[in-house]
Amino acid sequence: MRVTLFGTRGSVAAPGPETAGYGGNTSAVEVCGKDGTILVLDAGTGIRRLGLQVLSSIPRIDILLTHLHMDHIQGLGFFGPLYNPGIEVHIWGPSSSTLSLEARLSRYLSPPLFPVHLRDLPRLTCHPVPRTPFDVGPFHVRTALICHPGPTVGYRIEAKEGIVAYLSDHEPALGLRNGQWPGKDWISGYDLAMEADLLIHDAQYTDEQYKRCLGWGHSTYQHAFEFAARVGAKEIIPFHHDPSHDDATLDFLLEEAVRRCQPGFKVSGGREGAVFEVGLS
Amino acid sequence: MTHPIQIILTRQLAGYLSVPFFLVDPKGKLLFYNEPAEAVLGRRFDETGVMPAEEWSSIFTVVDDDGRAVPPNDLPLMITLTKRRPAYSRFFIKGLDGVVRHVEVAAIPISGLQDEFLGAAAMFWEVPE
Repeated sequence: MRVTLFGTRGSVAAPGPETAGYGGNTSAVEVCGKDGTILVLDAGTGIRRLGLQVLSSIPRIDILLTHLHMDHIQGLGFFGPLYNPGIEVHIWGPSSSTLSLEARLSRYLSPPLFPVHLRDLPRLTCHPVPRTPFDVGPFHVRTALICHPGPTVGYRIEAKEGIVAYLSDHEPALGLRNGQWPGKDWISGYDLAMEADLLIHDAQYTDEQYKRCLGWGHSTYQHAFEFAARVGAKEIIPFHHDPSHDDATLDFLLEEAVRRCQPGFKVSGGREGAVFEVGLS
Repeated sequence: MTHPIQIILTRQLAGYLSVPFFLVDPKGKLLFYNEPAEAVLGRRFDETGVMPAEEWSSIFTVVDDDGRAVPPNDLPLMITLTKRRPAYSRFFIKGLDGVVRHVEVAAIPISGLQDEFLGAAAMFWEVPE
C-alpha cells in the first residue's frame, strides 16, 4: 500500500516560505491499496489538494476522521469528490455521548460557518466509528479511543502488505511518573500501534512546550520515539507539527531526538508530499 | 490487551488523588488500587496484584455497624458491577494488616460514550470516630 502525506501540520495551517519544507497544511494522509481503494486519514486543509488528484472514475472514497477538532476537518468542505455525484464518500469518525457524527460535523458544515449543508452533499454517508473492526476494500481497520481531549480515535490499517498505524493527536505519556512507562495494557494506543510497519504519530511539542501544555493531548519527539519503541514499530513518521516550528526547527528537533533516543527503528521526517510504500522492504 | 482509554485515564486520575480508590473491570477483576487505598486495605497493590472479584470480595473481612458480616454481594462495588448503578455503604473493614477501620464507600460504574460498561470504581473514606 502507498501512503502519501498531504498535510502534516497541527493545530492550524501554517503556510509560508519558512515552512515550505515540511508543509503548512493540516492533517490529511492518503492510504492507497493495490486495487486502488483509497482511505483518507483526516480532513485537514491538506485534503483539498488530495481531492484534486483523485480520479473522477473512482467509485468510492472513505475518510477516517480521528476527531473533530478544527485542524482535522477544516478541509472537508473543499474536498472535490464530495461534490461529484459519481463518487460515494463515506466518513467515519467518533460520535459523542449525545450527538451523532453527522450532527457534530454539521456544526461546521452549515451556515454561517460554511455555505453548504452536509445533508445537501450528493452521495455522502456518515458512520460512527464502530467498536469492532471493519473492512474497506483490502483494508482491515481497527480503532480505539486514545488519550486526547474529547472523543478521539486512532486507526490501525491492516493489509496483506503491512500495517499502518495513525495516531495523529496522542498523549500516551500523560500521567507518567518520573518518565517511567507502565505495562503495555496501560499505554494508550498500544494495541493499535503494535508492530506497525509505519507509525504516523503526534510529535508536536518541544520538551519546554510540553511542560506548559501537559494534558493538551500531544507528544514530544521523545515521547513519540519511546512509544514507537515500546510498541515495536518498524518506522515512525513524527507528525502534527506545531505551527510555530519552521523547517529549521523541525530539522533540529528530529536530529536532536534521534541523537538522544538512538531509536532502533527507521525515522522519516513528516514532510508534506512524502510518499511511503509499505510492504516493499 | 490495552485497557479502554477511560480505564487508563481513571487509573491515572486515581494515582493523583488522596482519596482511596479501587478500580475493577466489567467482570469485577481488580485492576488497580492507589496508595491511599493501600493504607485502608492494609497491603500494597504491588503485593496483591490483579485478582478476580471472588477473591478480593472475600479477602477482606467486612462487618456492618451492628457487627454482622456483610456478604460479598452486598458490597457497593459488587452492587455496581451487577446492577450497573452507583452504590453506597458504610461498614467496618479488617484490612490485610489486621487493623479494623470504619469506612464509607461509594462505587460508580464507568460507562463509555455509547454507554458500554467498562468497569467500576470505588472510593473510600475513613469515618472519623
